[in-house]
Amino acid sequence: MEDLKIELKGKIIEVLNLEDITIEDIQDNDPLFGDGLGLDSIDALELIVLMDKDYGIKLSDPKEGRSIFQSVETMATYIAANRTK
Amino acid sequence: MKVYINGLGSVSCQEGTRNFKSADLTKVSQGLNQATQPSYKDLIPAGMLRRMAKGVKMGIYASHSALEEANITVPDAVITGTGLGCLIDSEKFLCAMLENNESYLTPTSFIQSTHNTVGGQIALQLQCMGYNFTYVHQNTSFESALLDALLQVQAGELDNALIGGVDEIGDMTMHFLQLAKKINTTDEVFTKGVNYGEGATFMVLENRLTAQSYAEVVDTDISNRIDSVPDYIKTFLARQSLTPNQIEVLVVGSNQTANDGTYYSEAQNICSNSVVETFKEFSGEYHTASAFGLLNACEMLKYQQLFSTGESKSIEYILVYNQFDGKDHSLTLLKKC
Repeated sequence: MEDLKIELKGKIIEVLNLEDITIEDIQDNDPLFGDGLGLDSIDALELIVLMDKDYGIKLSDPKEGRSIFQSVETMATYIAANRTK
Repeated sequence: MKVYINGLGSVSCQEGTRNFKSADLTKVSQGLNQATQPSYKDLIPAGMLRRMAKGVKMGIYASHSALEEANITVPDAVITGTGLGCLIDSEKFLCAMLENNESYLTPTSFIQSTHNTVGGQIALQLQCMGYNFTYVHQNTSFESALLDALLQVQAGELDNALIGGVDEIGDMTMHFLQLAKKINTTDEVFTKGVNYGEGATFMVLENRLTAQSYAEVVDTDISNRIDSVPDYIKTFLARQSLTPNQIEVLVVGSNQTANDGTYYSEAQNICSNSVVETFKEFSGEYHTASAFGLLNACEMLKYQQLFSTGESKSIEYILVYNQFDGKDHSLTLLKKC
């Protein structure tokens, strides 16, 4: 699980082009949206594509996304339980 | 109504962004020449900056400089010209389509791949709800923006307009153009190859003369093809009851390659009293490089000084002539304020 979280942080930084942010800067329970990393709706779309492309998880219910994308911790938990890749 | 250029801004292959003197500049010597990037962090919020392509950032920086100089917060219009638009994101999007078999397409590069992204982002930053238009007319893209603004300010439709030209280097496209021997490589200089550049040059056109005014834009003209350079220039100047002999400085978009043909030498011959100035050895060739030439012309008029030598000279009129490979001819006439 720890490896997955580190991998996920690296992918988020790369895909969302988070300049000046390192893996160490992102805490497992930091909110991804709002006060935390300050991501927005376009970033959410990028994360949905990332989940599908890299882990084979298709998210079709927006309400589901809200809880999954709360933090790296919630994302990693969901991926570990549902990944097909 | 007279129209003046009251603010300038530029991002180019050069270290500085303004007040160019050729002695201080570096000539582009490679096939591909990237623009020197200024610091954008003070100007653009980090959250937006991370998503912006290079062309967008260069455009916002150059437009900010021009507006600041003209002391205008929100212009009446934002009119841009670009030959190839946001090329880097277009390539990124197309590559992702190929790599992922047309699946998993992400929104950012798609949103930014459109040609009007620069003009749109400038307007969003400024909260400018006015006229917003982007011209994509190859080597007359910038002049199309200039003509649009000039006509609208002359007609009283606008008090001012922010106009500019922007183009960026995209690796894939440039590689193809190198394979086609249209852009020089590190190993080879082709007969019709050019040294390519990138950049953004913006200016503020306004209907009022200020202490900051650089030049009056008297007229501009675009012609995709022409039969005779002398006739083209004479006809253009006759619209203002001028003759070629009255042009003190002729700024030409020469690459000093076979692409020039005889066009620029014919222009020099007809404007026989003119000092000839060139600029593409400092900007590199790109579809909107002529905006960089116009910026130089503005500074020459304001400071009454030649770009190439720094020598003082009384200059009343400057004519800027650009073309590429026998197509996309444009003339712009500037007058001292």
